[in-house]
Formats: sequence, C-alpha cells, structure tokens
Amino acid sequence: MPYPANYRYTREHEWIALSGSIGSIGITDYAQKSLGDIVYVDLPKVGDPVTANASFGSVESVKAVSDLFSPVTGSVTAVNEELKSAPDKINEAPHETWIIKVEVADPAQLDVLLDAAAYEAFVSEETGE
Amino acid sequence: MTTDPTIPENRAIGLHTTGKIRPHQTQNEALVFEKSSPGKRAYKLPPLDVPAVDPATLLGTALREKGAELPELSEIEIVRHFTRLSTWNYAIDLGMYPLGSCTMKYNPRVNEAVARIEGLAEAHPYRPDSLAQGILEVIDLLQRCLIEITGMDAITLQPAAGAHGEFTGILLVRAWHELQGNPRRRVLIPDSAHGTNPATAAICGYTVENLKSNPEGGIDLEALAAQVDSETAALMLTNPSTIGVFESQIHKIAGILHAKGALLYMDGANMNALVGKARPGDFGVDVMHLNLHKTFSTPHGGGGPGSGPVACKAFLEPFLPIPVLVRNPQMHRAPSFPLLSAERVGDQEPQPASLSWSYDRPQSIGRVRAFYGNTGMFIRALAYILANGPDGLRQTTEDAVLNANYIRDKLQNIYELPYKTASMHEVVFSDKRQAARGVKTGDIAKRLIDYGFHPYTVSFPMIVHGALMIEPTESESLEELDLFIAAMRAIAREVEEMPELVKTAPHSTRVSRLDEVQAARKPILRWAPPAVPPIAR
Amino acid sequence: MRYLPKSPVERRQMLAEIGARSIDDLFAVIPAEYRLNRDLDVPRQQAESEIADYFRAAGRKNSTGYASFLGAGAYRHYRPVIIDSLVQRGEFLTSYTPYQAEITQGTLQAIFEFQTMIAELTGMDVANASMYDGSTGAAEVVMMAVRVTGRHQAVVARTVHPEYREVLATYAKHQGLPTSLAAYDPETGRIDLAALEIQLAAAGTEGTACVLVQSPNFFGIIEDIPAIAAIAHARGALLIVSIAEAVSLGVVRSPVEADIVSMEAQSFGVALSYGGPFCGVIAAKEQFLRQMPGRLVGQTVDSTGYRGFVLTLSTREQHIRREKATSNICTNQALVALMATIFLTVYGKEGIRELAEHNLAKAAYAAKKLGVQPGAKLRFNGAPRFHEFVLQTEEAPAVWSQRLLDEKIVGGIDLSRWYPELRNCTLWCATEIVTREQIDAAAKVLAAAPVEA
Repeated sequence: MPYPANYRYTREHEWIALSGSIGSIGITDYAQKSLGDIVYVDLPKVGDPVTANASFGSVESVKAVSDLFSPVTGSVTAVNEELKSAPDKINEAPHETWIIKVEVADPAQLDVLLDAAAYEAFVSEETGE
Repeated sequence: MTTDPTIPENRAIGLHTTGKIRPHQTQNEALVFEKSSPGKRAYKLPPLDVPAVDPATLLGTALREKGAELPELSEIEIVRHFTRLSTWNYAIDLGMYPLGSCTMKYNPRVNEAVARIEGLAEAHPYRPDSLAQGILEVIDLLQRCLIEITGMDAITLQPAAGAHGEFTGILLVRAWHELQGNPRRRVLIPDSAHGTNPATAAICGYTVENLKSNPEGGIDLEALAAQVDSETAALMLTNPSTIGVFESQIHKIAGILHAKGALLYMDGANMNALVGKARPGDFGVDVMHLNLHKTFSTPHGGGGPGSGPVACKAFLEPFLPIPVLVRNPQMHRAPSFPLLSAERVGDQEPQPASLSWSYDRPQSIGRVRAFYGNTGMFIRALAYILANGPDGLRQTTEDAVLNANYIRDKLQNIYELPYKTASMHEVVFSDKRQAARGVKTGDIAKRLIDYGFHPYTVSFPMIVHGALMIEPTESESLEELDLFIAAMRAIAREVEEMPELVKTAPHSTRVSRLDEVQAARKPILRWAPPAVPPIAR
Repeated sequence: MRYLPKSPVERRQMLAEIGARSIDDLFAVIPAEYRLNRDLDVPRQQAESEIADYFRAAGRKNSTGYASFLGAGAYRHYRPVIIDSLVQRGEFLTSYTPYQAEITQGTLQAIFEFQTMIAELTGMDVANASMYDGSTGAAEVVMMAVRVTGRHQAVVARTVHPEYREVLATYAKHQGLPTSLAAYDPETGRIDLAALEIQLAAAGTEGTACVLVQSPNFFGIIEDIPAIAAIAHARGALLIVSIAEAVSLGVVRSPVEADIVSMEAQSFGVALSYGGPFCGVIAAKEQFLRQMPGRLVGQTVDSTGYRGFVLTLSTREQHIRREKATSNICTNQALVALMATIFLTVYGKEGIRELAEHNLAKAAYAAKKLGVQPGAKLRFNGAPRFHEFVLQTEEAPAVWSQRLLDEKIVGGIDLSRWYPELRNCTLWCATEIVTREQIDAAAKVLAAAPVEA
C-alpha cells in the first residue's frame, strides 16, 4: 500500500493529514500489519491536550499494546467514535481511518516530520527490505 | 478434524510412530445453565432446629426480591458436568509440561490428604492461639525449613502468590530505605525479567529502569555499575535467569549494589535449580520470594492458589508484615523438630500457648492480606519437604538440571541455541532456523499438542527472538523425555517437509485456533438467559 | 526418592550421553564458594505414613471438637463432598493456567460459569476469574477506582473488615492515595450517612475516587446501599461494595447501585484452613471492564464455528503491559473458584436462598437467646443483620470466654482489639452449622456470669 504523498509521518508510524488547522492522525499500513488484528483503541477525550512525541492513547491487538504518539502539539477536537465498535477499520483502511483530530497550534510542526518518501525509506530500513 | 490414519499427514501425527497418544472420544458438555431445569435439586438441608424466620420481616428493604439465576441440577448431572469438563484438560498427571520457569512438577497426593485433616482444614483463623498450636507448629516448621533452604534469616508466609511476594519484598526494600532517610526512586530490572517484576515495582511507587543483558544473557557488570546510583533502590534479579543460566558473577552484582546502598532482590521462581545445592542468602541476596506452587510442589489447580513467601536477611526482619509468629521462650522448649521425635507432644487438650502471633511490630510494613497466608499451601509444601528430606531435595535439584541438559544436548543441533552458557534447570532455544521456513515458535508449540504434550513457554523471555523456553523438572522419566525429544525432532522435520501442517496445528484437539480477536473485540464474559424463553417441556 | 522417576542406571546413562562425568559437572557453573557441601538442616526424609502421622498429630494438637461462633470474614458452612471429589481430579488439580486454550477447555468453561454466577449474585455486568482474597480484592478495586476516575482520594467505611483496611493502607501508601475513614452510627452500627456527606463535600476540587463499604458490614449489619450510592454518585465518586460473607447474597438484595463489587467467596465451599487459601473475586459494571485486574475468560468460536472459551483482554495484565498493568497479579485462585462454582451448582437457585434463610434463622435465635442473658444486650439496633451480631456484656469478654472454652465453645471475637470504643463487645456468628444445643449451651455459660456489684 503506497503512503499518501500529502501526509506526514513519524518514526513511531503515525501519519498526520492537515486540513486548514485541523490535523487528522492515524497509523500507517506498516503499523497495522505489525500489530495484527486490532481489538481495541484507547482514545483520549475531546478537549484533551496532546504533545508532540508524547503518548495520547494506545492501540491493542490480542497479544500486544502499542502506545500512540502524537506527531504534533495541540488539542483534541474529535475522536473517531466508530473505532469503539469497529476497531478493525484501522486494519482495513489504515490511511483512511483517522483516530483523532487535533487543532494544530503551529502548522510548522509538520515540517520536521517525514514525508512519504522518507517514511518509506525508514520502513525499508526497519524491515531490511 | 479427522484422524484417519490413511491420510499421509495423519501418519505424521505420531499415531504409530511415537506411541505417546491415540485419539479418544471425549463427551461434549454444555454450560451448567443450559442444563438447568426449575425444581431439580442436588442439595438437602437438615430441618431447622431453631424457629424459622420470615426474611421479609427481618430484612425489610434489604430483602432480595429475585433469586440469582443459578442453575438447578441433580447431583449426578453435576458430577458428570465437571467430570466431562475435566477430561478436556491437559494436566501434570497426564504428562509433561515443558513450560519454562513454571516448574510443573508432580503434585504429591499425600499433600492433598494432609491438608484436609479436620483439625487443620476446619481451623478458623481467629481461634485462640491456645487452640491453634498444631497449625502454628506446622507454620513454624515450614518457616524454619524455608529459611534453611534459602540461607536467609527471616521469613513471612503471608503473600498469596509470587507476584504478591514480589510486592511484599519490594515494600521491605522501600521501608528499609525510608529508614535510611531516602526511599529512592528507581528499581533496576533486566530485560529478561518476568512481567510481574516491573508491574510490582510500579505498584510500590518506583519507576522501572531496564537493564540490558550482556551477550551471554546475563547481567552486564559494567552497565550495572554505570546505572546504579544513589536513587537506585534495588535490582530485581531472577537467578538462574529466565534463560536458565546461573548468574556466576552474582556476588559482584551484590557488591556493586551494596556499595551504593542499593539492595539485591531475587525472584525465586527458578529455585528448582538451587535447592540443596546453593543458597541465595550465601551469595549476597538481601530479600527474595519463593513460589510454593513451583519449587515446592503445591498444585497449580488451573491457575492457583499459589503462595509466595518472602525470605530476608536480618536487617529487613523488623519490617516484615504483621503478624509474625513468635515462640515463647519460657514455655516448653520444643525439640529440634517437634512432633517428629519419638514422644508425640499434645493430644486433644489445648496446650499452653508456646507459639503465638505477635502484632507488636512498630516498623512493620503492615499487612499484605487478611489472616496469615495460604495456610493450606503451607501444609502441602511442608509435606513435600518432609517427603524429600535433605537428600531428596538435593537429588530433586540434580535430576531437574540433568533433565534440562539432556534435552539441550538432544535438540541443540535442530533448534538454535542463542546462548551457549551452561543451562541449569531450563533451556531456551530460538525458532530462528524454523522461522526461515515461515514457521514460528507459536506454531511449533501448537503442533507439540498433537504429539500429546503441553506447549513449552512461547516467546519469552523477550531477549530471545522467537523463544522456546523448556523446563522439564525432575518429575519427568527418561521415557517421557525421550518422547518429548522425538516429538520435537519430528516437528522439525515437518517444518522442512510440510510446514503448513505445523502452521495450522493443532489438528487433534476438541477445538482448534479459537478466535481470540473476536473474544477481545466483542467480549462475552458470562452466559445470559436467552431473550426468548425456551419452549416449555 | 519416590517422586523421582529415574533409576541410578538411567542417570548414569544420561550423563554419559551428554558427555558429563558426573552431576557435579552440571553445577560447575556455580562458583565453588557458593556450592553447598553439606546436607540442608531439615528433617530427614519421612515415609508417607510418618507424614500422615505428623499432620494428624498437628490436627489433634489443634483441638477439634469445639463449637464455634467465630465469623469476622471467615465462615464455616457445610461443604458438599462432591466438591473435593471433583477438584481432586488430576485434570483439574494438576492443570496449568489455561493459556493454551485448546487443551484447557475444562478449566476455561468452569471459570466462565463462575464468572456468570458471580455476576448473577452480585447484580454486576461482569466478574473476573478470581483474586487472591477479599482483602487484596478490596485494595485492588480502590486502585481501580482511582484509575477510572483519575481522582486520588478514597473514603473507607470504618465498618469494613479491619484487616481489609490494613491491607488497603499498605497498598495505598505508595500510590499517593490518602484515605479517610467514614464513621458508623453508634445506634444502628451502619455507616453514618450524614457524616459521609460532609466527608465527601470536604474532599475539595479534586474530589473522591470512591467510597468503599462492606455489606453485611463487619458488625454483621446490612448497609443501606441505595442511600450510600446516592451520596457517592452525587459527588462523582464510585461506590465500591466489599462482601465478606457471600452466602448473604442468597437472601439479601444485590448491591446493584454499586459500580464495583469485591467479594470474598470463601463461604461458597472453601474450607476455613486457618485463613487461606480463600477466593476473592471482582465484579463491575461493563463500562469499567478494561480497568479490571485479574484474568477474564471469554466465549468465542474456533475455526469450525464450535463454541469455546479463551482467556481474553489479556492486554490489561502484567505479562503484556508490564509496568502499566492494571495489577501485578498472575497466579490467582482458580481451584478454589472451582470449589465455589461446584458449591453454587449444588445449592443452585433455590438452595442458596434456603441456605441463607437457615443462617438468618440460626443467628436470629442466637441473638435473641444470648441477648437476654443477664448483663448482656445486643449492641446495635434498628438495622437489618445477616448472620452476625454484636453482643455487649457487663463482664469483660476475657473472663467469660475462658468459661466458654472450658465447655468447648469458642465464643464471639472481642471487638475492642479493633474498635477500642466498643468495650466488652464481641462479634458472634451463627451459620447453619451451629446447633440449637450449642447456642443454648453458650447462653447458659453467659448466664452464669456474675452480675457486677
């Protein structure tokens, strides 16, 4: 699955898509493959602050838990309620399924993140492929 | 899944080659609630010898209006229900459990018999000490035996299981540090540690600092020396480690810690490699826990009860949980091992209280549970120690280590041995060779079930990629060991020749590859009465 | 040694095959200075008959044949014999934790049945597979309430079992969790609701995580759960109900207003065994599921669609979450939970009610009989009880308790050790095991107490 060109990525395998000042955040295809079937997503609440590189929640498979790290600093404007009953949407369409939306305090924060090509290279390094 | 022996894959199941298993019918059995019918009963209470009461009058608004939907069955249905369920379980009584660090040894039946002796089984924890001298003598004797076995100075039997023992032990550490003026902030834990270790440290208010293992899978002394500082409370160490290797530098490890005022905590899960051969108290351990349900043969019972005594050096004794068992020195001076000498002490009459519980312990960390601990397990553990004696305990440890090394020797050409250091009572392989064929440790473990064994410990410790952690214990005969080795060899061949068979195992069980994802996504944690009542019979 | 399935020949053969000269080679990795060169100083190896003799002597020395009115968190009920015949089956007794579901469906289904029965009895949505006991269960659920609410204060009723409160204090000390005690009404023995309101109001902006009560409480009195719930919930605190006498649920209403229930299920067919092993369990409303400690068994299907059971929601637990786990608990109390499951199946829907009613009747008779003895009275009035009551006597308990012991009766436990204000008060329990003769005999001994001048 190709990595959308207009997204930005972190080394913890999250993606962020900016629309105006609102950033939609999800996890990449590589992340969902590593996790396996996702059974539960631990979401923050609307209004909660998020800090770049800090955990804002977690995603669980049967045998593992992975923290979700925010790519940016800001505050949560929306959480994907659908994930409460259908966490598998992340497995099916990882790049279309946002987990939280964040009011991004400073859009320049995205500049330090990886672009699609850099992320793909990073993943290749990790997997040795 | 059929077990028709004419199908080629089935011939590999070992029906004829290893002789360990043959397929067998087991009864199906529904949930008790599904077999219930109003009016069936399995109980009968004797008639009341006091006036009956009207619960509504006595309880008022506290009265229960509607009975809980408990099943109604006859006695034979209950016996069949649970008997059928039991036939679906693997157990030590059936065969080997190669589970690493679990020490699945024989659970002697005399333990069960003596634990049920009326005077012991029926004793209320608050009966006066004068009426409890029998059980108190048992507790005292067990304490003294465990102190001797561990080489420590003092002990508490209060914790209910290993994790509870860890909690208690780390609280002792903390209490001592507080007395020195600084509780300190961090506990060091090797990355090979069992998950209870960091969980425990966190509950005790410490942050966990990971200690990386050296290439031999042991503690890297230089790294340790660099990491230990004045905010380190303790190192939590399992010895032998979870890869079955004895930490031969342990005295130096203790030295590094003690030099900075930190303590050495030992997770005693692997004591089966040490009993009668070496004592943690002799090699620098300050405090440790034991697992009676591992080393000391008390039964696992499907997941407990266990018991996790904590033994410590004298300087930690004042902090032990209350109450502490004390012997009144003015009273009858007990012989070395009371009740074992020719003259039996005590009969029906209450004795003057020689042993009693002391609550006057101003520095105690408090209680970690109500009453005194899992007394039923103390009785069983003591029975095990008495059945063995010093020679039996030593021979047990020797056989445990011999068995593990025998398995290592026979399988090391077939499964990758990530660490070449000597194994004690358990050996860890990695699935590296098999993973190259797309078969992982979890798959091999499931295929082992088709050969009539419980799987070994999968994917732990985490320092080994794709770990196969195997601890046979001393309870395995040469015959059972050879069957296990043959099975593991056969599976390795299958990985080469027909990996799909291994990847889709087990094939011979009542259920196979249960959907754990569904169980986690949409948890169903209880039976519920059907929305539409079943048609009345 | 008879537990070791090896002959000397086999040992030598194995050593030879692996290239070791002697067993000492395999222990060479232990530095010489740590190797024991002597026998352990423990009793010599005993024959099975000697072991049986030893413990039988210990049992006799423990003095059997006493009538007992002891309760206070450990209760003697009749244990149907099929409990021991079934749990001693090797497939239950010697089986491991059911991580490998395919070969432990017996244990898993039995636990699922246990979870169901506990949920039914407590009126909660879900129950776990057991905790160590009621005391650690109570501590764990207070921690759970802190996780759920994010608040770091707890209110604990003084009528919760004193040893449970001590355990909670040990757990709470290092969690930055101050707890305050809620007083009881000296007339009724119930938690003082007005005082509770004031306490919660005083909790400041952060608020209280939970109110922990026990019902029936330590004095045997049933608390007004709906009223306490209203007070707690009005302040955003969770209501936790600890139940020390599980049989009470046969006739007492479930604490449905509670958010979390921590129960001691020892009364369901688990022997007293001088205080352990017992059987704790946690039950809660569904919304708190993911914060529950302990194992959970869930229903699912296998690859052919056949119903089966697995351990589930394991990501809460120590082996995955390590330092972020909901608890450090690993081994729990599976075999005693199985005893409880069999007990509840034997008694069933009607039996548990009838059993509870018998307990009510025995205690009502005992309270009446003992309460009218000269110099004695029931200490608390005006609130319903289950099968325990507090007796106040003019004579100090230490004096008449010896007279009772002389008649081979163990009377109620002296409460002043935990409640110094309750002078000359003792807690008595009468279960279905206690006989009318024993009650009458105890009354006679109390009646012989000299009236104070």
